[in-house]
Amino acid sequence: MVRSGTLILNVAARLLLPLQLLFSLFLLLRGHDEPGGGFIAGLVAAGGFALYLFAYGRRALGAMLKVSPRDLVGVGLLLGVASTLPAWWHGQPFFTAQWWTIPVIDFKASTPLIFDIGVYLVVLGSVLTAITALVKTDHEEDARR
Amino acid sequence: MQLAVLGGFVVAALVPLLHQWFGTRTARVLALLPAAIAAWLLAQWPVIAAGETLWLEWAWVPGLDITLTFLIDGLAWLFAMLISVIGTLVLLYAGDYLHGHRDLPRFLVVITAFMMSMLGLVLADNLVALFVFWELTSITSYLLIGFNHTDLAARKSAQQGLFVTVGGGLALLAGFAMLALAGDSWSLAELTTQGEALKAHALYTPLLICVLLGAFTKSAQFPFHFWLPNAMAAPTPVSAYLHSATMVKAGVYLLARLHPALGGTEPWVITLSLVGALTMATGAFLAIQHTNVKKLLAYSTVMALGTLTMLLGIGSEYALTAFVVFLLAHSLYKGALFMVAGILDHEAGTKDVTAMGGLRHLMPRTALVAAVAALSLAGLPPLLGFLGKELMLEAVLGASHYRGVILLLAFVAAFLTLAVAAIVALRPFFGPVRETPRVPHEAPAGMLVGPALLATLSLLFGLVPGLLDPLVDATLAGLGVPEAETHLALWHGINLPLLLSLASLALGGLVARRWDRLRGQLARLEPLMARGPEAGYEALMAGMVRLAEWQTRFLQNGYIRNYLVMTLLVLVGLVGHALLVRHTPSLSFALDVYLHEAMVAGLMVAGAVAACVMRSRLAAVAAVGVMGFSIALTFVLFSAPDLAITQLLVETLTVILLVLVLFRLPRFATLSTPAERLRDLAVAGLSGGLVTLLMLAVLSGERLPRISDYMVANSQPLGHGHNIVNVILVDFRALDTLGEMFVLALAAIGVYAMLRFHAEAYEARDAANTRRSDDG
Repeated sequence: MVRSGTLILNVAARLLLPLQLLFSLFLLLRGHDEPGGGFIAGLVAAGGFALYLFAYGRRALGAMLKVSPRDLVGVGLLLGVASTLPAWWHGQPFFTAQWWTIPVIDFKASTPLIFDIGVYLVVLGSVLTAITALVKTDHEEDARR
Repeated sequence: MQLAVLGGFVVAALVPLLHQWFGTRTARVLALLPAAIAAWLLAQWPVIAAGETLWLEWAWVPGLDITLTFLIDGLAWLFAMLISVIGTLVLLYAGDYLHGHRDLPRFLVVITAFMMSMLGLVLADNLVALFVFWELTSITSYLLIGFNHTDLAARKSAQQGLFVTVGGGLALLAGFAMLALAGDSWSLAELTTQGEALKAHALYTPLLICVLLGAFTKSAQFPFHFWLPNAMAAPTPVSAYLHSATMVKAGVYLLARLHPALGGTEPWVITLSLVGALTMATGAFLAIQHTNVKKLLAYSTVMALGTLTMLLGIGSEYALTAFVVFLLAHSLYKGALFMVAGILDHEAGTKDVTAMGGLRHLMPRTALVAAVAALSLAGLPPLLGFLGKELMLEAVLGASHYRGVILLLAFVAAFLTLAVAAIVALRPFFGPVRETPRVPHEAPAGMLVGPALLATLSLLFGLVPGLLDPLVDATLAGLGVPEAETHLALWHGINLPLLLSLASLALGGLVARRWDRLRGQLARLEPLMARGPEAGYEALMAGMVRLAEWQTRFLQNGYIRNYLVMTLLVLVGLVGHALLVRHTPSLSFALDVYLHEAMVAGLMVAGAVAACVMRSRLAAVAAVGVMGFSIALTFVLFSAPDLAITQLLVETLTVILLVLVLFRLPRFATLSTPAERLRDLAVAGLSGGLVTLLMLAVLSGERLPRISDYMVANSQPLGHGHNIVNVILVDFRALDTLGEMFVLALAAIGVYAMLRFHAEAYEARDAANTRRSDDG
């Protein structure tokens, strides 16, 4: 069964989670030019949360996430669909990529990036939904026994 | 106009919000929308009357030649006007009819959407756009018919209407595709100009069959007529709207619209006039068997739809004039009569005409309206219905095919309809006063204004038919009769139609007088009726369920191993077939691999074999893991870092998931016989062999230009990215990725639902057990 973990696991999870999340953001943002991207980044983040889940349990994860993983999936899908729309503004076909340069920090914003963030959230949300659902029933069956 | 129609859908979505602001007055506020559309249409009248066509262009999917262009000629104008004017009245009516109903906002949402779909349908020029609106009317009418969703009969009727019309819709889609192929255009305006070419085309017969199936199901023609009377399970405002101006008129509209393109040929004339005449007589005959006022009216609509179809079939200028007049007359009186039926139901609390009587003392205004509208239904002068009926009989006398049969059926329909009119108008209002479930009094103004206006129009157009001449001319232009000069008149002198009318008056009066006894005699036909087309529909539905059960048991038997075998065998069969037919497989390949590559490959093989033979689940999982990581290693060796990272992460997460489920799985046990295992081995061998052959085929020669060349060349200039994999995922093939996102989301929801509901079912069972033990 999955129970609250040992001291080492607890400390490791607490220290590793921010690093993993940071790394996943890094992968997400650099994905267009270097290895990375929304899918991979989402998996990395999900791995980090899974570790936290094993160490502290579902309740603690829920308290930290504040939002339900299923909502992440929904927001991700919305972002994915929303990224198809700006092309209409220029009368271009559905899904044509749009690029904007944000002047001061010289950052290239684009609809593919928005789309990739959508992918990230959907992957993260889906994996977390599956894992928390499995853990939930585990606990419930424990309680029943 | 497009903005008005599309905006109408938005307004429909905002109704719950409007309801919070305006409360019970929402329906009245909402009625402003169709009223504004009607006003706009009226402003366009001079253009239409001049015989011109209004074009409102709007590109929708230019790449596929799909436009949302609206075309307003006389025909479209007439239908759009009916939809918006009667729509306005129905909304006003519904506001009072459903006053205080809990689900009034929901009703208003759907009926507004329905109205807009119907408007789009009659205005659209593009076949695809028309089809989309066509299906939208099916869906929204399904929601309207099933409005009282707690009532099983309403749900069943709604489903029946949906299946029949959507089934016809499928045929229509095929018909439209063939029509576009044959006429080389998706635009109705262009198709109607090339009638000769279409009629000579090889696809003419199949496309005609498909289009007619679509139109006949929608317009409740025999033998699909049964869904329409059942659809009266809807609230009365819906029935009034559905029967008078919308939905069932959609099929008639389509036939009229395509008349210049497809009409006039022998199959068209014979099918339409015979089916129409048969529908006409069937509708009228079935009508007099019912005592429910809504059913009586519903079957008389079936009769009217049959008439319209028949007139289009006959197709002479005279018949088309009759079509226009009859259409208008029917819309006016049927809308009014249904609203009166709603008033009766609302005030007296019953729909049974035999349970009402003498109501004219209590609700004189309603009685007057009902009488005028019923006179029009009966086809008596000086109402518009009389004109429509005279023209119809005259047109039938001029029919080119099967004149005798059609005339007989038309005559039967005419006198039975007269009987229906007499029953509907006389029974509830005249005779001795009867006790009704509710004490009736006059209807509220909102409910009376609609039927009163419609009845007045029936009378006005009947008295001064010349008012309609320009409208009829303009509509005829849309029907392929340009430059018509119609002169409608009430009095045509003593001729055959008039004599027929007189005869039907006498016979109809007789039927109405003897109605009670006649009904008793007709009841004996019950066993025969039970074998009508509706029984066929029921049998078809039952058959479908049986087929679904059978194929579910066969294909979806719940054993994942069977799914795997099936999927793999289909894959091997299809791909293997293509491979053997299109390509000569060769097993020659150069064996110049490095040692480390060979080692990785060996590791993979070892992992796969180990996973198959291990006796412990944990070891098997580990073996599969070895295989996965070796694959990741291969990706690294052949410089595909993205794939390698993804593979590694997926492997890691798989381990996590397996750890979670491992405990709840039973121990390894041998469940399959050696023969089954041999079969599995064969399937596995076949699929492995296929993939190997496929790889060799790919490597053996580069006959095709590689897709990746394009991606590599354009990743930076077009996609602004150096990582080709990512550019493909989020830009070049973003639509695929979007689809996969939805698949992933659905899978997650599926897992969640399966585990959660499973757990909840456990809890419920436990709770029940506890209660039982408490009781015991």
